[in-house]
Formats: sequence, C-alpha cells, structure tokens
Amino acid sequence: MTHLKYILTSGLIQNNPFFLLIGICPAVVVTTSAIGGLMMGLSTLLVLLFSNFFISLLRKLIPSWARIPCYVLIIASLANAFDLLLQAFFPTLSVNLGVYLPLTIVNCLIFARAEMFASKNGPLESIADGLGIGLGFTCILTLLGMMREILGNGSVFGIELFGKHFSLLIFMMPAGAFFCLGFLIAIIQKIASCRFGNTQGGNQ
Amino acid sequence: MNITSLLLIAFAAIVSENFVFTHYFGICPFLGVSDKPSKAFGMGAIVTFVITLSSVLTWLLDRYVLNPFSLTYLTTVLFITVIAVLVQAVELFIKKKSPALHEKLGIYLPLTATNCAVLEATLLNIQNGFNLLEAIVFGFASAIGFTLALLIFAGVRERLIFSNPPKAFEGLPILLISAGLIAMAFSGLSGINIG
Repeated sequence: MTHLKYILTSGLIQNNPFFLLIGICPAVVVTTSAIGGLMMGLSTLLVLLFSNFFISLLRKLIPSWARIPCYVLIIASLANAFDLLLQAFFPTLSVNLGVYLPLTIVNCLIFARAEMFASKNGPLESIADGLGIGLGFTCILTLLGMMREILGNGSVFGIELFGKHFSLLIFMMPAGAFFCLGFLIAIIQKIASCRFGNTQGGNQ
Repeated sequence: MNITSLLLIAFAAIVSENFVFTHYFGICPFLGVSDKPSKAFGMGAIVTFVITLSSVLTWLLDRYVLNPFSLTYLTTVLFITVIAVLVQAVELFIKKKSPALHEKLGIYLPLTATNCAVLEATLLNIQNGFNLLEAIVFGFASAIGFTLALLIFAGVRERLIFSNPPKAFEGLPILLISAGLIAMAFSGLSGINIG
C-alpha cells in the first residue's frame, strides 16, 4: 500500500511530466484558457488511466518488436471510444471534453508512460502511476491556462478581471506559452528550494 | 502544377509556417533531444524519414482506401498506426545499426510515433488537398523545418551552458524562455503570406 502511495505521489511531484519535458505539445495548444487546460488535463487523465491498465495487463503478450504500433492502437482506440461514449451518454460533458479527447492520441505523455512504466509494472501500480501523473499534469495545465488567460485575455475561467479591452496577444501565441511555462517552473523551483534547501527540478 | 508552387509550399513549411515555432507541433523532442547538435541531427533525420515516407503512404491510403469506402472517420487511427509501424521499423533498424544513437535518443525515439508534427503533416496533406508530389514536398519540407528548429535550438543550448541565469531559472525554465525568444523571432516571419 505504501508502495502504491509512493508511485502516486511521485507522479504528482518529482515525476511530474512537465519536469521530464514530456507531453508539452498538445498542452501548450489548449492552455490559452484555464478551462482549456483543465479539460485537456482531465481527458488525458481518463485515457492515461485506462491505457496504463490495459497495456500493463497485455505487457507479456505484446512482443517488443511490435510494441509501438500496439501501444498507439490501444491509446487511439481508447480515446475514440471515450469520445463516442461521452457523446452517447453525457452529451453536455461531451461538448466540453469532445475537442480534447482526440488530441490525447498525439499526447506523447500517455505513450511515454506506457513505454516507461506500464510495460514493466503490474496493473495496480500502473493505475496508481496513471492517477498520479494524470493529476500532476492536470494541475500544471490548469495553472498554465490560468496564467496565460489572465495575462493574455485579462480573465480567468471566463470571468473578466481587468475590463473588456485588456489583451496581451503575445501570451496567446507559442512564444507566450514558452515564457509562461518557463516562469511557472521557475516559481516552482524557487518554492522547492526554499522548502527543501536544494533545487532538483529539470533534467539538464 | 509547376516548380514555383512546389517551392512556395516548401518555403512556407520550412520558414513562415515552421511547425515548432508557429504551430507548437513536435515540442517534446524539440526540448528533449536538442542538448547536443549531433543528437538533434539524428532526431531530425529520423523525423524526416518518417514524415516523408508516411506522407506517401497515408496519401495513397486516403485516396484509394478511405475515400472510396467512405471510411474517413478512421483517418486519425489509421494514419497514426501507419506512422507507428514506420517508427517501429526505424527503431529496430537503429538499434541494430547504431546502438550508440539508440542509447542517446532514449525514450524520444519511440516517442516519434506520437510526435504531433508527423501526424499533423499527414493530416494537413489531406486537408490542403495536395496531390502526391505536393504531399511529398510538404512532408519533406516540414521535416526540414523541424530539423532546422532543432539545430538552431541545439546551438543556443550550447551557449546556455556557459550562461549564468538566476538560481530559480536554472535548468528547464531558462530553456523554455530561450525557446520563447526564438519563437518570437520566427513569428516575425508569419507576415509573409503565400497564396
């Protein structure tokens, strides 16, 4: 049990995908608003949980010389299946999540966890890993989305803060995404170094 | 169809519509393997091979299988499978021929399968209604653009080693901020509109 708990919390903090530079591509696309970040994070969490579980169940059956297509097929079918299920049973939720689910197919994070974790560990550990990593990802994405929405659009979760005409276009563009993420990680490193005395973020 | 239009497609894909800096595609390997020019070049070569070949395969697939049988809802799943099979082949080849490069690229080699740049190039080929030759040129040129971005960034990172950023910015943050600065430079080129 402590073992599972360790996997879960390590996904949230020191293994947080953003520190490993994985899964950033679709992340920066959707984080022009806080709600976009949150929805993308939740979609990823959903697909990651199940793909980790299935891949870890099938890990002894998938030969290593054909693993890449197998993983990709599992992830893509899961993302499509969730998309269709949501449309059928939760149409209101589907309006929000529907755009982001197909994007999870090209989210390298899910594939990376399959390759790095689920293919080597049991189903229970893999679920814990999926949950931890997924939640860590969602947190950072939502923070990044909030930061970019406040700076770029003067609002947060759609609520206007500085009046109608506030807009800094740069933060809506790729360059702004890099800047915000850079500052966000710097702030996290600063806090970590004050708390624990040593900076251990990044993998350089 | 003439040479000029092909050249224009290539120019747009390499410079003014550069995948990494103007469309955010392929950022993970862009940040992950650009710490040395040799690695960046290896990754660029792999992506170029995969994009060009998958452009051809997916174009044929779309024209002769998906469209005639109205299976277009399978486009993404089928395309990404084709890409994954190609990446798997490349991975096995490199593992055999150049274990050193295989070791260096690590997780980023299989990650090419979910590299958004590759999938997006094949999907854009179809969306833009390119013919086979144009699709090949577009795929190849986007990959060259990706390699260019990787090499530029690898150069910047070599300089960064000797820089002295504030403590909190060491490691990742300073990397991301330099990437942002390069992206700003490229966005200056986005005004070039090629019709």
